[in-house]
Amino acid sequence: MKVAVLFTGGKDSCLALLYAKKLGYDVRCLITLHSRNLYSYMFHTPSILQVKKQAEVLEIPLIIQKTEGKKENELKDLEKAIKKAREKYGVEGIVTGAVESVYQASRIQKICNKLGLECFNPLWLKNQIELLEELIKNKFEVVLTGVFAYPLNKEWLGRKINREFIKEVKILEDKYKINPAGEGGEFESLVLNMPLFKRKLKVVERKISGRGNEWRMEVELE
Amino acid sequence: MNKKEILIIDICKEKLHYFEFVKPIEDILRKEKKRYFVKHYRDLTTKDLEKTEKIIICGTSLRDNEFLKDVERFKWIKKTDKKILGICGGMQIIGLVYGGKLKRKTEIGFFKENFKKKFLGLFGDEEVYHLHNNYVSFSREFEIFAGNKIVGAVKHKKREIYAVLFHPEVRQKDLIKNFYLMI
Repeated sequence: MKVAVLFTGGKDSCLALLYAKKLGYDVRCLITLHSRNLYSYMFHTPSILQVKKQAEVLEIPLIIQKTEGKKENELKDLEKAIKKAREKYGVEGIVTGAVESVYQASRIQKICNKLGLECFNPLWLKNQIELLEELIKNKFEVVLTGVFAYPLNKEWLGRKINREFIKEVKILEDKYKINPAGEGGEFESLVLNMPLFKRKLKVVERKISGRGNEWRMEVELE
Repeated sequence: MNKKEILIIDICKEKLHYFEFVKPIEDILRKEKKRYFVKHYRDLTTKDLEKTEKIIICGTSLRDNEFLKDVERFKWIKKTDKKILGICGGMQIIGLVYGGKLKRKTEIGFFKENFKKKFLGLFGDEEVYHLHNNYVSFSREFEIFAGNKIVGAVKHKKREIYAVLFHPEVRQKDLIKNFYLMI
């Protein structure tokens, strides 16, 4: 089946892409929503335009759809992008990296259903620690590009998801109810390498901004 | 073979749907250290049915309705004495096997469901996750526990056959636990 992957460049959409490819799905394109609203309810925002570099090393065409990122209006832009993927690449299904958010998942389900497309959520309800361990097992190189919850701070930006990271987020989960995979929007990530990349990406520039427990890192990849 | 193994039946046509509709059920059983095995309905054998006491028939996606063409393959539901729980598509199969009619209604997301009587641990108002384009009507052999025109939860009046239209793996994991803990 020809599919498109809703792609943020973060760990979940990259892992969902790997699942689809491993099962033989024909991934015809990636779809990214570029939101002007840094606090979008639906879409990942830090370093979002780096998806262009990731699509290059994946050798998969990319559709970027701009959106103001206003609640519910951004769904019309998502629908527009999905329609584009259907028309241009003949996709019959959409793959997402949704894990727990019923808010996001049900909205994407409604759009796909309306457009007559299958909707695949291969990470749905996946245990958070199992998800992080699977990234390590599959040799993903992932860094944090945004933190948005106490007690996470500036020091966490750029940190790699590795065994040490898992150990620490498990402690934060017990103590502060932080979701270990950032599903509650506690953090956002960026994938520098994974099994489908033709070459590893490197951070060549970084710009950090924020305060308190809300920090974001805009990076330039090469 | 351990008679207490739970049989999980996969009704998905698309392999990628397994992770969304079958694996979450497996995860609940695994966490509770329950023994189970998974079979796709097309590969199901009489031996599989013999070696289990409890069967969970999982759901599938909104547009994956291939199983509706194969309801004949589920005739064993009426003949077996096993305890059965049908989820969404699994519920539709149970209803159709017992002569119900398939009807069209799309519901996606959280909805309030009221359980008039205790149903596998649920009672009163519950916020449940629905993901379906169809539902089924049920014959008088079944008692309705939730829903009216669109039946949300039923149990066979004489047998241990339960069915829910919503996805308990999302917010009502205990319903699944209460099913496999049944004696």
